[in-house]
Amino acid sequence: MNLRSPLRDVLGLGTAKEGAKHWWWQRVTAIGLALLGVWFVASLICLGSLEYAAITSWIGSPFTTTFLSIFIVTLALHSQLGVQVVIEDYVHGALKTASIVLSNFCHIIVATLGVVSVLRIAFGSAA
Amino acid sequence: MAKRDKPLVRPLSPYWQYVNVQTLHTMGFSILHRFTGLALSVGSIVLVYWLAAAASGPERYVEVQGQLSALWLQVLLLGWLFSFCYHFLNGIRHLVWDTGRGFDLSVSRTSGYAVFVAALVATAALAYVLCSRFGGGV
Repeated sequence: MNLRSPLRDVLGLGTAKEGAKHWWWQRVTAIGLALLGVWFVASLICLGSLEYAAITSWIGSPFTTTFLSIFIVTLALHSQLGVQVVIEDYVHGALKTASIVLSNFCHIIVATLGVVSVLRIAFGSAA
Repeated sequence: MAKRDKPLVRPLSPYWQYVNVQTLHTMGFSILHRFTGLALSVGSIVLVYWLAAAASGPERYVEVQGQLSALWLQVLLLGWLFSFCYHFLNGIRHLVWDTGRGFDLSVSRTSGYAVFVAALVATAALAYVLCSRFGGGV
């Protein structure tokens, strides 16, 4: 007969106390992306041209520079949160940790390259 | 820290004993949400690649525009357009669920089909608009 309480089975196996943060930011970035995504697609359609001059002058306007930068960072954040969940579901052990770190590096590169490109166009330092 | 004597066997999601034809469909919509999300993650690399080209000057930009007009990439871009539409609309469905609404089986099933059909229609409409505005090259 076992008189030990079931509590013993969960001690040290509970939450890391930050799960809600992940869930919350996935929702916040989702709403941000819903608005910015519509703005991005609608802007490209209104622009009506993919010529170099048209694209760079569009990106170079202060409003676009600001919101395109925010769009890229929000996209990378939302993507990081989503990819992390997928990795946690299908990859286990040390490979899981390595995959998440690798995914984080990739997302940081994408976000930085995107924002740097936008700023470079905006400040007219494009070659 | 307490250590258990033997691993605890918990039931795993999804609960296969409850699966039938109807749940297969809503399950498919759920898997498609995840799949299109991953596709868009890869797509964000292409978006940034294109932005970096624009930041590297007119010659590089024209070169990358040429790369992106390859047929297989145009097919992929259409796939990303559908992924965008589906993930966008199904994401709104998820946000509605987060408010505690629309959880009834019949409602979630109907909203699933509605989102899927709307995504197909939106993809076709956007593809038509983009092609007519940009002359074939998306």
